[in-house]
Formats: sequence, C-alpha cells, structure tokens
Amino acid sequence: MKRIYFDNAATTQVDRRVFSAMKPYFCDIYGNASSLHSFGLASKKALEDAREKVATKIGAKHNEIIFTSGATEADNLVLRGVVYKNAGTGNHIVTTEIEHPAILETCRFLETQGTRVTYLGVDKNGLISLDELEKSLGPKTLLVSIIFANNETGVIQPIKGIGRIIKKYNKKNSTKIYFHTDAVQAFTKIDIDVEKMNIDLMSLSAHKVYGPKGIGALYVKNGTQIEKITHGGHHEYNFRPGTENIASAVGFGKASELFEPASYKKLENIRKYLIKKLKKEISNCYINGPSTSSGQAPSTSLRTSPETGNELNSIVNATIKGAEGEAMMLLLDKEGVSVSTGSACASSSLEPSYVLQAMGVPKEEAHGSLRISMGKDNKKDEVDYFIYHLKIIVTKLRKLNPLI
Amino acid sequence: MYSEKVLQHFYDPKNWGKLDNPDGVGEIGNPTCGDILKIYIKVKDDKISNIKFETLGCAAAIAVSSITTEMIKGKTLDDALKINKEDIAKELGGLPPEKMHCSNLAEEALRLAIENYRTKINN
Repeated sequence: MKRIYFDNAATTQVDRRVFSAMKPYFCDIYGNASSLHSFGLASKKALEDAREKVATKIGAKHNEIIFTSGATEADNLVLRGVVYKNAGTGNHIVTTEIEHPAILETCRFLETQGTRVTYLGVDKNGLISLDELEKSLGPKTLLVSIIFANNETGVIQPIKGIGRIIKKYNKKNSTKIYFHTDAVQAFTKIDIDVEKMNIDLMSLSAHKVYGPKGIGALYVKNGTQIEKITHGGHHEYNFRPGTENIASAVGFGKASELFEPASYKKLENIRKYLIKKLKKEISNCYINGPSTSSGQAPSTSLRTSPETGNELNSIVNATIKGAEGEAMMLLLDKEGVSVSTGSACASSSLEPSYVLQAMGVPKEEAHGSLRISMGKDNKKDEVDYFIYHLKIIVTKLRKLNPLI
Repeated sequence: MYSEKVLQHFYDPKNWGKLDNPDGVGEIGNPTCGDILKIYIKVKDDKISNIKFETLGCAAAIAVSSITTEMIKGKTLDDALKINKEDIAKELGGLPPEKMHCSNLAEEALRLAIENYRTKINN
C-alpha cells in the first residue's frame, strides 16, 4: 500500500545525512563534554560546532544558544526563568490564545503563582492585532511571548512588527520587556534574524526539521535576565544543567545546516495545488488562514512585515463541513495517508481546536478540520492520491450524517 | 487505541442510513459537542424488527451506533431497554476512557427511539 506522510508539523523523518552525522557520537566519541581530557574535548568540540550551526541559522552569537531537551523545555525555561529572575521588576506576561500548550500551560501555572497573563486574541485570519499588543504593554510587563508560525494553521505572525513595537515601547518608557517567540514551525522554513527582528528569546526544536527528537534550544540574547529552572552543574552557560546530549546536538546542528527556506520552495506550488484541489473536489470545504480563508487577500493593514499575511508553505488547515475529523483521519490512514485533525475526538479533551476557535471557527466546524502538513519530500502526485480518497471518505461520512 | 472490533464497525458499519416510515426515532447529541446519533426503529409484535442509524461523529461514535443496532435487532422493547453503555462497550472489546460517552449516546438514542414509539402508540 502507498504510504503518504502528511503530518510533518507533528514530527519529521530524521534525514539520513543527519543520522550519519550523529552515529559516531554513541559508541566512538562518547566523552563527557565537561571533561578536560581528550575524550571530553572531542565531545566538546562536536557540541560547540553544533551550537555554532544553530546560532548561524538565526543570526545569533555562539554563546546565545542553550541546548534543551526540546521546545517544551525551552518554553518552560523562558517563561518561568524570566518571571523568577525579574520578580522585583514586574509580574505581567503578554501572549496569545493560539500558543502551543507548552506556553499556555506554563502561563496558567504561573498565574497560580501570582503572574498576570494577557492572552491576545486573533482575527479570522489567525493574526494578532499590533494595536492590541501595544495597548497591552505596561510598566509591570516582563515578557511578550508570541508564536512565530502556528503549528495548526501555519499562520505567520507579524514578528518584525512585534519586535519593533516592543523596542519602541522600551525606549520610550525605559522598560526592558523581552520578546520571546516559539519558532518551532518556522525554523529553517523562514529566514530568521534575531537581531533584525528584535527577538530576545526564541524556542527551537530539532525533530520538526529532520533532526532527532529529544533536543531543542533556547536562544537567549546576551544580557537577558533569566533564572534557571533546573539545578545542577554549570552546563550550557549555567542556564541548563545536565550532561550534554552530544549526538542529538550534532544532529540538530546538521539539520540546521542542511535546511533553509529554499529546501521547502517546491512546497509553495504543491500547497497551492492542494488548496485548489480541496476547493474544487470537496464541497463545503474552506481553508483556515489569511491567504485563502475568504478567497481574498488579507487587508493591507495586516501586512506590517514581509512575512505577515502568509502561512508556511508546509501547512494547510482545512475545515470540511458535515464530516468529523477523527473519522476522516482514520479512514485516510486506512488508505495510507497520515494527516492530523483539530477535532475534539482526537484529543483527550472534549474541546475541538482552540486555535481554530480563536479564529472564530464554530465548534461544529472545528470538529471537521484536517491539518495536512507537508515535508520537503512530499510530491504533487501524493496530493492527487490524498484528494481522491478524501473525496470518497467525505461522501461516505456525509451519508452517515443525520443532519444531511 | 481502538480495538479491532471498533475499527471493524467503523470501517464497515452495519444498518446505517434512514428507515422509511419508522415507528420510532431517537436523536441525541449536538453538533457543537461533535457527536449526533440518530436511531430509527420499526416495531412488530413488540419486537424491534428493523433498525438503522445515522451518526455524525468520530470512529467510536460510528462503531457504537453500528454495534448497538446489531445487538438489539429482533429483541423485545423491554430487552432492548436493558442494554446499557457498559454492555455496548464490552461488545466492542472495550472503548478508550475518553470515548465512553459515545456508548452513552447510543444507549440514550435507543431509549429515546423506544419512548418515541411508545408515545405514538399511546396517543
């Protein structure tokens, strides 16, 4: 049976070149990077080379990359770390309703400890309002944390605009509000320059970009005041204790080096083709995102930075009315196509996607959403195969639907 | 996550569709919560002579509907009413905990269909 993987926003296949780069660091080069003997130094060199590669990719300095166990840890470290370290200065965080659970749940935890959190809403295109952001900043604000590109919809936020607003506010009010972004989905797919974008902190993950699971990073701009949240040795510039995961860091470095926006260029056409086919072949189907949701381009006021008003080329989020997401996903899987859904039935909660709901998608329609997330190796004919089966599946499920 | 039996009934549901001139209809759930289950019954000599369902929902909701129709076809109304959500889940080889509400829906829809029939008869 044909197997098509359309769930690259969940995780990706480790690239074989990444795996090859990692291999020596299990059985051959295994020293503890903190040891000063030759075994340790060999590991240390590999670790620092990897750090350099990740740093280069985002325009950061070498010592501004802290390896973590993944983006969830990076998100925890940044939110809790900034709040704990700067408790004397303020107690307010600004974030959005469409963050990854690693941000949202950490914010909710911090709220129980006295932190005040503002959750910015989004419009029907999934974009925050820069005016609203500006109004939410205050003398007690410590941190703004806004996802770079959303994991469910691929919608890219006006990152440059956000960075500018915070910088301007800080200058005017002599404050030091930090700007953090969870750039897990955007990393390597969009050119990121932390300097130009005025980003102080950024979470990254390796396994979304053909690297191994179990490693990520937090970019911490030099001078940023952040407290560590786990205690132990002085690893990772004294921000994150624990013997370094050399093989994984090497894999992360290699993936960072290998992939860039051009690696995903062909997805631009495949995505357009997929959207065209969805609209043509599947009745009562709409795409969640700015470029296509209403069939019109987003208003120019939203285009505050070059990336805004776009989605990642890798993600298409479609709502299919009258068919339930988990049922569609499982029937597609039976035909060899793996996608994901925002339906409540596919989660342990009874709530459908909060991201789609924040965009104003009614609950009953959010239950019928599918996320198709493509990777560098997906091909156009896979879209045809997917659409062919989706059409049959949607017809079948709609026949079962008592409301139709 | 799902048992073989759940998948079987989901991939190839039995007794689905509308029933012409049903003697009783029961519908439960709403689109907002994601599941709607509708059961149509025909009754002859106080027994369920025919039954069909229509369901908008996940794999578990569809499988639960399908197996419920199989379990009660030919049963007397009183016997049909004795079937509860645990029986339905057991017949399916178990359901994940977060899907137990689906078997509840089938039990409810069936009860409503039988009530609907009895109300009609009494009137």
